[in-house]
Amino acid sequence: MSNSSLPRVQHIMGSGVVAAVGATVCYISYTQQPSEAFLFPRLIATVFVVLALWTFVKACLGWTKVGNGLSLTQFSNLAPGLIIALIYIFWAAKGLGFYTATSIAFFILLSLYDPPPHGVLKSWVKRIITTACFMAVMYGLFALLLKVYTPREIFF
Amino acid sequence: MEFIYYFGDVFTPINFGLLLLGTIGGLILGATPGLSPTMAVALLIPFTFQLEAAQGLILLGAAYTSTVAGGAVSAILLKIPGAPANIATTLDGHAMALKGEGAKALQLSFLSSAVGGVFGVLLLIFLTPVLAQWALAFGPSHLFWLAILGVTVIGSLDSASVVKGLLSGCIGLWLATIGFDDIMGAQRFIFHPSLSGGINIIAALIGLFAIPQVITMFAKGRKNDGTEAIQVQKHPIKSAFSELFRYKRAMGIGTITGSIIGLIPGVGGQIAGLVAYDQSKKFSPDKDKFGTGHPEGLIAAESANNAMVGPSLVPLLTLSIPGSPTAAVLLGGLLIHGIFPGTDLFDNHPDVAWTFINSMLIGQILMCIFGLYVAGMAARVAQVPQSMMAAIVLGLAVFGSYSVQSSMGDVYVMASLGVMMYFLERFGFSAAPLVLGLILGPIAESNFIQGSMIATATDGLAPYFLTGALNLFLIVVVVLSVLYSGYMELRTRRYTSKEEIMG
Repeated sequence: MSNSSLPRVQHIMGSGVVAAVGATVCYISYTQQPSEAFLFPRLIATVFVVLALWTFVKACLGWTKVGNGLSLTQFSNLAPGLIIALIYIFWAAKGLGFYTATSIAFFILLSLYDPPPHGVLKSWVKRIITTACFMAVMYGLFALLLKVYTPREIFF
Repeated sequence: MEFIYYFGDVFTPINFGLLLLGTIGGLILGATPGLSPTMAVALLIPFTFQLEAAQGLILLGAAYTSTVAGGAVSAILLKIPGAPANIATTLDGHAMALKGEGAKALQLSFLSSAVGGVFGVLLLIFLTPVLAQWALAFGPSHLFWLAILGVTVIGSLDSASVVKGLLSGCIGLWLATIGFDDIMGAQRFIFHPSLSGGINIIAALIGLFAIPQVITMFAKGRKNDGTEAIQVQKHPIKSAFSELFRYKRAMGIGTITGSIIGLIPGVGGQIAGLVAYDQSKKFSPDKDKFGTGHPEGLIAAESANNAMVGPSLVPLLTLSIPGSPTAAVLLGGLLIHGIFPGTDLFDNHPDVAWTFINSMLIGQILMCIFGLYVAGMAARVAQVPQSMMAAIVLGLAVFGSYSVQSSMGDVYVMASLGVMMYFLERFGFSAAPLVLGLILGPIAESNFIQGSMIATATDGLAPYFLTGALNLFLIVVVVLSVLYSGYMELRTRRYTSKEEIMG
């Protein structure tokens, strides 16, 4: 696949997903009961599906002018961070405990994307200190100041 | 002159402390590239839960005002605008810093921001009560059209593509219908148990503004930005004052342009700064000096982007229609305290309304005083690596959205909406109309239902919603805003293709 055709395929996929959501919303709005509860959603869904189909057709015809899509380099850069962030949010925060999960996720993300070389001991010490300081601030703000009771499962 | 009566409330120890905290914190946050005023205010909302309504709004208002001004620090010293509103500041501000006039540029920037900002807030003070009284004449059909107007204006003016902007608004309006219907109690679009209570606005705001920024930082990969702040030399503040007076024309153009643009929903500080810069250049005898480090350009841009702040809140405080994404976030801050803008705010909570507005006035002056001292520290914060900013913002977003209702469901909603928004933005969709749709959806729906009931008992649906001078005026404005944006989009494209042909 050439680089120039990549955004077009991505636009077709992206607008296709939006059009599919629009069609589903429209179908649900017109089929669910009581109809009075779906009066406003019907109005919105009709405009939603028309605009979504318009966008989809434009993408299929290659007329889309706005949005650069996502290059392979950008995707490979963001993928590890995004995966860690999603594991942190959807599993670790509840499974391990908020503060433990946040410390681990913060340290991994910092290590993954921090520009200083990984072979230098000083940079690791700096990352550990930064993580500890950040967690101390978060604990002070949320646990002590705002009194937010966060999930404490396996750890803390 | 009711506002004078509540002036003393700003100076109670807690209120003034929060004002100072919001101002200094906002200056530092504003200087940090990637932390836009909207995102900074959204991340601050969870910290206002335990505060009283006025106190929470003081903190949010101070942060809004000073993040816009703080963005000038990184624009001048690093050539990176801290916020989109500071793009025009970079043109002459950084050139001045390169010439060794960094301190002078910072002083002029904060002084002109304060003058523009004070004028903008005065406009807010004198226009708001008049418009709030006028809003009493609005019935359900007018309020329905106003809500739709809020979404379509932002959808068409704030987005590069009109169709995608409007589609983003529709997605927001649909998301607002998720949960239980208020009248029939019917379940609507509840695909997951965490959606049963509907989408929490604060969690959604944090997700829609913070998470795409985090992923954008991830997408840049592991590289050093290589930015280095220019060291500033001392410069006497007295000569900055006299310089400001010398360029009073640029200051006047910036202040008036910013105030007018601020009143138009959907047109943000970025446009205000650029238009003021352009107009100031047009009327200046030193046109050729613009872009080479000329104080006039800097003064016009900075006075405009802060003059825009006050007037941008006029549609929010009078008609419940947020004119900008940051105003939408402030609306979220009002709603969590059970306060609805408009006549309810000024009739039932005048202490909250006026203390908040007065604090913005004092905040402009504090921002100027502290800006001059905090600039050096803010420039150092602006050099914090993107990797660290991404991790910090992610942590704050998770803790902030959880603390709204102590619910993991809100965290899941925040993350899902944030990831969805990142990918939508890559395809030309925009977060601002989606947020406006999400916030104005319930207002539009409740007025639509109320209007339908009245219409059934009277003339019928079409005559009720489509006739009458005010209804027709609002419909015409909706249609015109869409047509104008469509025309501008086509014209820009035509110019682009011409350039392409000319090589």
